[in-house]
Amino acid sequence: MSDAATTTDTAGSGDPVKDRRHFARMVAIWLVLSLILDPLFYFLVGPHVPPGVMTSTAEENQFDFNVLMVIALPVLLGVWTYLGYSMVTWRASRAGATEPVGGEVARTHRGVQVWWIIITSFIVLCLAVFGTYEIIETNGAGGGEGPNPIWTPTGAHILPVQVIAQQWSFTYRYPTYGGFESSTLMVPVDTSIAFHVTSLDVIHSFWAYQLSIKADANPQVDNVAFTTTNHTGSVTVRCSELCGIWHGAMFNYGQVVSKSAFQSWATATEKATAANTKLLPPFAWTYTPDANGADGGYYPAADPYSPSEVYGAKQPAS
Amino acid sequence: MSFRGRLSTFLVLLAIAVALVVYSVATFLLPQSGVVDFTSAQPAGTPVNLTVQTVGSIGYGAHPTWVTYMVQAPGGQWLHDTTWKVPAHTRINVTVKQFDSGSPLRNQQWGRIQGVLGNVEVLNGKPISVYDSYSANGVGHTFAVPALGITVPLVGVDPNATNICSVAPCGSDSVSNTIKFSFVTPGPGEFRWQCFVPCAVGYLFGNGGAMSNSNYMGGFLDVTA
Repeated sequence: MSDAATTTDTAGSGDPVKDRRHFARMVAIWLVLSLILDPLFYFLVGPHVPPGVMTSTAEENQFDFNVLMVIALPVLLGVWTYLGYSMVTWRASRAGATEPVGGEVARTHRGVQVWWIIITSFIVLCLAVFGTYEIIETNGAGGGEGPNPIWTPTGAHILPVQVIAQQWSFTYRYPTYGGFESSTLMVPVDTSIAFHVTSLDVIHSFWAYQLSIKADANPQVDNVAFTTTNHTGSVTVRCSELCGIWHGAMFNYGQVVSKSAFQSWATATEKATAANTKLLPPFAWTYTPDANGADGGYYPAADPYSPSEVYGAKQPAS
Repeated sequence: MSFRGRLSTFLVLLAIAVALVVYSVATFLLPQSGVVDFTSAQPAGTPVNLTVQTVGSIGYGAHPTWVTYMVQAPGGQWLHDTTWKVPAHTRINVTVKQFDSGSPLRNQQWGRIQGVLGNVEVLNGKPISVYDSYSANGVGHTFAVPALGITVPLVGVDPNATNICSVAPCGSDSVSNTIKFSFVTPGPGEFRWQCFVPCAVGYLFGNGGAMSNSNYMGGFLDVTA
């Protein structure tokens, strides 16, 4: 601000002391507002920010959102403070009250430009480092995703759940319970889960909102995402990749239940579905539908790359 | 061209573009299906009988080769409409006349009968709870209402039969399977139903064409109070 006054005689009041006082007032207002609103947001609103704390990844995501908001809030307050102060102090109806660094003056004001670049670059770079770390750290918000996950849970017992997307529904296979398939997602609390996400047709995306898991479902790809459940509750699963006419209706629900309830459900479902499980293809991480299966070619018949494997043919272990 | 001329041309072209966009969106979004009302056909609280048929090719209209569902209105006539209005908290007795051939399911999970009373369907008089889609003629289509957990496989007919129906509505002179099942409607709401067999022959993944238009292999159960 003082630079403005010294670099141009037409800017501000022309009195460096007066301009410095304006700047100090704005900083003081901004600082007080930030010091009040940031903690208020973090402690009062923060715990309620989506996606909640049902899983380790959800907790990490919530923390990340809160950190971003705590950083963004002072920026927002800075803009609003400047705007409000300018409207009061340098409004047109006040004769002789020229804004010190606005309009034409700002274009050649080296101090404003340099500090703008330094501050915004610093914030953005810090966020990039923070975001990258949060994604790749163990139990991080990224869920360790990918065919070759960048991290795996350290717990001794990891429950694998295969998510099979198809137009237009998700189904779930439980390989440690005889490979039965269910239309409902059920997982136990206080357990590390490895979601193995794949597709039988086009590209879908498995988004279990409360679990904070979002993983692409690609045909013939075993996309892995980890999480650890912390609390029981309901889960909404949606497809988040535009996949055809009924994409908007491609959702279902699931539950995080107690370990004993899960055990009971899994055992009962394994028994109830045994007749159909025998007919399912052997469990594999990915499946290749029959090239001509179900009257709907996986690829057009004329496609030279059309695979001839029968749906369910076991793929090499990944 | 003068400024006024250029402006007029621009505005006319803009109006045409906007009209095309609005028309396309409206055509896609607006229901292409009529609603068949089953709520007033019988006294409240009594079961509703819903009779439908699945046909390999509708045989007429804009897409004569497309596979489709047909529904029999309370008056007895067959209609090409896939939105069916049924009363809430009521038993629906469904009869499906399946006139199409079949093949193995892309996901055998849909061969398990779920969400209907007793978790069974009656196939040509015989109750079954699971159908092996790799056996016999496979599965032609499914009737599924995902939000209600309903999945019923509709077993295919012999593809070598000489009397396969190719023009809807089909009659008793064509080879068919009869599938019966019942379910109870929940409270009011709109529930999507669809076929889970990628049965749109000639389309990539089998899910284009008839599977991607709302008046053929999918529709809505309009459950009203």
